[in-house]
Amino acid sequence: MNKIIKNFKKIKYGPAPEDSDEVMKWIKKLPKQNHNFINGEWKKAYSKKILKCINPANKEKLYNLTISSKSDVNLSVKSAKKAFISWSQKKPFERSKYLYSLARLIQKHSRFLSVLETIDNGKPLRETRDIDIPLVARHFYYHAGWTKNSLINDQKPLGVVGQIIPWNFPLLMLSWKIAPAIACGNTVVLKPAEFTSLTALFFAELCIKAKIPKGVINIITGDGSTGRALVEHKDIDKIAFTGSTDVGKKIISATASTNKKLTMELGGKSPFIVFEDADLDSAVEGVVDAIWFNQGQVCCAGSRLLVQESIEKKFLNKLKKRMEKLRVGNPLDKSIDIGAIVAPIQLKKIDKIVQQGKKDGAKLWQPSWSCPKNGLFYPPTLFTNVAPASLIAQVEIFGPVLTSLSFRNPSEAVLLANNTPYGLAASVWTENINLAMDMAPKIKAGVIWINSTNLFDASVGFGGYKESGFGREGGQEGIRAYTKRTLPTRKLINYKSKKNFENKVIIDRTPKLYIGGKQKRPDGGYSYPIYSYNGKNFICDVARANRKDVRDSVEISSKALEKKLNNFNRAQILYYLAENLQRRENNIIELLVSLRGVPHSLAKQVFSLSCERIFYYAAMADKFEGKIHNPPFRGITLAQKENIGTIAVILSEHDPLLSLVTCMSSVFSTGNTQLIVPGQNTSLIATELYQVLDTSDIPDGYINILTAKKNELNSTLSKHENIDGIWYFGNSQKSRAEIVHNSTSNLKRFWCPEEKNIDWTNSSKIFLDEFLHQSTQIKNIWIPYGE
Amino acid sequence: MKKNTINLDINRINNLKVNLSAIERRTSTITKRRTVKKDYQVAWLLKAVTLLDLTTLEGDDTFGKVDKLCAKGMNPISNTILDNLGLPKNSVHVGAVCVYHNLVQHAQEILKNKLPVASVSTGFPAGLSSFQTRKKEIINSIHSGAKEIDVVINRTYVLRNEWKKLYDEIKDFKLAAKTRKLKVILGTGEIGTLRNVAKASLVAMMAGADFIKTSTGKEKTNANLNNSLVMLRMIREFYEYTGKKIGFKPAGGISTAKEVLNYLILMYEELGSEWMHPSLFRIGASRLLIDIERQLYHYAVGRYANSNKMAMT
Repeated sequence: MNKIIKNFKKIKYGPAPEDSDEVMKWIKKLPKQNHNFINGEWKKAYSKKILKCINPANKEKLYNLTISSKSDVNLSVKSAKKAFISWSQKKPFERSKYLYSLARLIQKHSRFLSVLETIDNGKPLRETRDIDIPLVARHFYYHAGWTKNSLINDQKPLGVVGQIIPWNFPLLMLSWKIAPAIACGNTVVLKPAEFTSLTALFFAELCIKAKIPKGVINIITGDGSTGRALVEHKDIDKIAFTGSTDVGKKIISATASTNKKLTMELGGKSPFIVFEDADLDSAVEGVVDAIWFNQGQVCCAGSRLLVQESIEKKFLNKLKKRMEKLRVGNPLDKSIDIGAIVAPIQLKKIDKIVQQGKKDGAKLWQPSWSCPKNGLFYPPTLFTNVAPASLIAQVEIFGPVLTSLSFRNPSEAVLLANNTPYGLAASVWTENINLAMDMAPKIKAGVIWINSTNLFDASVGFGGYKESGFGREGGQEGIRAYTKRTLPTRKLINYKSKKNFENKVIIDRTPKLYIGGKQKRPDGGYSYPIYSYNGKNFICDVARANRKDVRDSVEISSKALEKKLNNFNRAQILYYLAENLQRRENNIIELLVSLRGVPHSLAKQVFSLSCERIFYYAAMADKFEGKIHNPPFRGITLAQKENIGTIAVILSEHDPLLSLVTCMSSVFSTGNTQLIVPGQNTSLIATELYQVLDTSDIPDGYINILTAKKNELNSTLSKHENIDGIWYFGNSQKSRAEIVHNSTSNLKRFWCPEEKNIDWTNSSKIFLDEFLHQSTQIKNIWIPYGE
Repeated sequence: MKKNTINLDINRINNLKVNLSAIERRTSTITKRRTVKKDYQVAWLLKAVTLLDLTTLEGDDTFGKVDKLCAKGMNPISNTILDNLGLPKNSVHVGAVCVYHNLVQHAQEILKNKLPVASVSTGFPAGLSSFQTRKKEIINSIHSGAKEIDVVINRTYVLRNEWKKLYDEIKDFKLAAKTRKLKVILGTGEIGTLRNVAKASLVAMMAGADFIKTSTGKEKTNANLNNSLVMLRMIREFYEYTGKKIGFKPAGGISTAKEVLNYLILMYEELGSEWMHPSLFRIGASRLLIDIERQLYHYAVGRYANSNKMAMT
C-alpha cells in the first residue's frame, strides 16, 4: 500500500531527525586526544591519559577525551593568574564588549551548539535548541551589563576562579560560571564534565573568534582527578562547583584550611506540590516539565510529587495517561520528549535505585511501550505507595523517576516538602493565591515556582538551602559570589590602663549560661576563672559550657524559630535592648577597663558606638529588604531575604563588646536565633548582658550565650546538624579549618573571615551590611500571572 | 445522532480551574515538541483536508460563490497532485461546506448529499436576536436541507455567569435541531477569560452539543491554540465522566498548513487518534485549503507552487 495512504489511515508521527553532518565533521576533526584551551590557544596536554567518550543515544564512540594532569592544571592556572593583572584593570566597557561578542557568537552558532550538545549529552534537541542555548546567550548578554555595576561599593574581583561543572547542562552551566566571573574582572579555569566536554571545546573556538584576551578563559578537560588538582591549586582564589552534594562536601573539606571562596550548587530532591484547587491538567504538564525534562537529570527536578489526598486518584490517572504519550528515543529527532541517559554508569545507577524501590514495596508504573534498545534509554517511571523513609523518597535519583505521596492539608504538605536534607527548589500548584504565597516562605528551598516549574533566567538567582549548597548564580545575588568584600582590620593594641585595677571586695558574681531566656547552671558543673587584663587579679569564675549545654540551647533556639517574630517586632526589641544597655553604661565600661585594660575614655566611646550599632541593626530589621526581579516573562520573581535559622557565633577576645553587639544584633535583626560563644577571657561582658536581654523582651531562645574556654565548643557547634550557620572570628587558622571541615555535616552556612583583627569600630555600610548578608539567604519565588 | 443532553451540574462548572500561564506554556511548547515531516506530513495534511468545513460567510456571498465552494469541496486537491502522490483521483473531499441559511438549499442541490451542508444559525454572528427567531432559524435551515447546524450562543449569559440560562438555550436548540449535528459556537473572543471558555464548553456539552466550536470567525480573536487547548481538555473531562465523545471545531484565522498541523498535533496529543476523524474534529476555514494544496504540490513535484495554479473556491 502507498505509504501516504497507510499513514493517512492511521495517523502517527514519523521520524524527524535534525541534520548532524556538519557537527559530526567537526567532531571527527578533533585531535587524537583533545587539546586544552590555555592562554588563548590550543595546547597539547602533558597528560596522555584518555577517556573514550560516546554518543549516549547510539553508544558509538565520539572522541578521546584528555584527562588533564596536575601539570596541565598548573599551566592553566598560571595563565589565568597572569591574565588577571590586566583583565581586572580593564575598563568595564572593554569587558562588556567581550561578553557581548560571546553572546552574539553563541546566537550565530546556536543550531550547531544545540546539535553538538545533543550528540554529546543525549538530551533532546528540543531542549538544547529551545532552552539550553538561548539561555546561554541570555546569560552572556545579561552579564555584559554587570561589568560596571558589579564594582560599585568598592567591590573587587576575587582573582583566579576554578570552575567545575556537571554533565547535565554542559554549555548552560559553563555560561552560568564564566559570564558572571569574567564580567566582574576575574579570570577562569573551567573544567567541563568528563562525559560532556564538546560544547566547551567549541566555546573555546568562539573565545578565539571573540578575541578574548589570552588567559582570561582557560578550559581544560578531565575527570575528578583533574578537578581535585584544580581545587587544591594554591593560586586558585575561588572554586565554583555544580555537582553532587557528596563531591561538594569533599571540596569544602579540601579547601577548609585555605581562604578560597566557594559557591556550591549541589543536589536536590525537590517537591512538586499539587493542591485540590489547582488546574490539574496544567499541573500534569508541569510534572512532565519537572521530572521528564532532561531525562530527570536536573538538580532541581521536581522528583517528589506531593498531591492532595482528595484528588490523588484523579491526578495520578491523568498523569499515567499523559505518560503514555511521552516519546523516548533518538534525541536528535524533533518529536522526542525524553532522550538518552548520559552514560552507562548513570543508567545502571538509576536502575539499581528503581529495583530497590520495588523491593521496598513501592508500586512501580511505567507506560506500556518500550524504549529503543540501541541507546542508553530509560522509560518515565512513577512510584506510588512510597514510604517517606524509603530510599527512593530520600535519595537524588537523577533520572526520569518520580515518587508520589499524598497529603491531607497545607501544613502536612509543608512538613513533607521539608522532609529532606536538600532544599533546592519546589513547585506549588494552586489557583488560590493566598495558599500559594503562604506556602512559599514555609518551604525551605532556594527557588519556588508557583504554578510553574524549571523556569530559569540570568536575572534571577539560583541556588539552594540546606544541603543543596550555598551561594547564588544569576541576578544581582550571583554577582556577590564573584566580588570581594574585604573586612576592615586594624593593628592590635595592648592597652595598659593607667588606672590601677582595684580588687574591690564585692558580693560574688555568679555568671551562668544564658539558655532559652534563663540563666542556667552549666551541665558539667565546671567553671573557669576570669582575670583582669594583666592577668594579675582574679575577678570571678564563670560557667563552663559543655556539649550538653550546646544540645539544650540548640533545641530551644530551633524551637524559638517557630515564633517568627515580624521585622517590626525585631526592630522594637533591638531599640529597647539599646535603651536598656544604656542604663548599664558604668558597669560595662568598668568591665571593659578591667578586662581589656582600655583607657576609660576609649571604653566610653566603644560603649556609645555599641549602642549606635544596635540602633543600626534595629533600623535595618525592616530595611534590609528583598528585590523584585524582572525576568522576561509575564509575572514577577520575588527575591526574598530569609533568615538562615540558628546561627552559632564564636567570638574572640578582641573588641569584646562591639563584636558581641554587632553579631548579636545583626543576627537577631534578620530573624535568626543564635548561640554566642564569647571570647574566653572577656566572657563577663556577655554575661553582664543577661539582665539586659531579660528586660528587653527578647523572646526566649532567640539569643543564647554559652561561656566556655577557647575553642572548646567549636567541634560540637560545627558538627551539630541543627545549627544552620556558623561564624568564627578567632585568629586560629587551625580552628577555622576544623570548623569549615565539620560544617559539611549538614552544609552549614559558614562565615569564617580570612581577615584577622577585624576593626569592629568601622561603621561603613558595606562592613555592617555584610553581617546582614551573611545571616540571610535569598529565596526566589517565581509568580507567573494572567487570567 | 444520539442524545447527548445530561443534567446541568453547576458544582462542576463552578469548580473549573484554568491557569493561563500554564496553558500558554503548553501551547507554546507542544508545537516545538512535535513535528511531522515528508510523507508523514503529506498524510497529516490530507487528514486536515478531510476535516475541513469549507466556509464562506460573507455579506457578498452569491449562488456563484457557493458553486465554486462546492466544487472545491468535492475536489479539494487537484488530480494532478493526487496522481503525483500516488493517490486515486477524486479520493479526497472536505468534511462539509458551511454557508449562511439563504445558500443552504443551493449548496444542497449541487452536492446532492455527497457532502454535508452546514448552516450557521441562531442570529449568527452576534446571537442577540429574539430567542424565537433564533430557534426558528434552525428549523428553517433543516427544511432547506442542512445536515449540520452551527449555532451561536448568547455571550451575555457567559459574561453574567447565567449558566442555567445558557444551558436551557442550548438544550432548546438541540431539541430544534433534532438529529442534526449541533455545533455550538462559544465566541471565545467575546467571553473574556479562558476560565469562561472552560465553563461555557462544559455547559454546552451538558446541554447536548455534538461539537463545541471556538468562534464565529467574526470576533477580534478567533481560534487559537490556547482556547483550543482549554476546550479539548473540557471535552476530555466530559468524556471521562459521561463516556460521551464530543467533537471540536476551531474556526477563524487558521490559514496556513503549518498552523493547521499545530491544531492536529494538539488534538492528537490531548485527545488521541480516535478524535482525528470528521465525526469528532472539524476545522472551519476558507483560505487554508489553498495553502495546504501548495504544500502538497511542493512535496509532489519538488518545487514551490504559485497560488494561481490552485483552483479557487
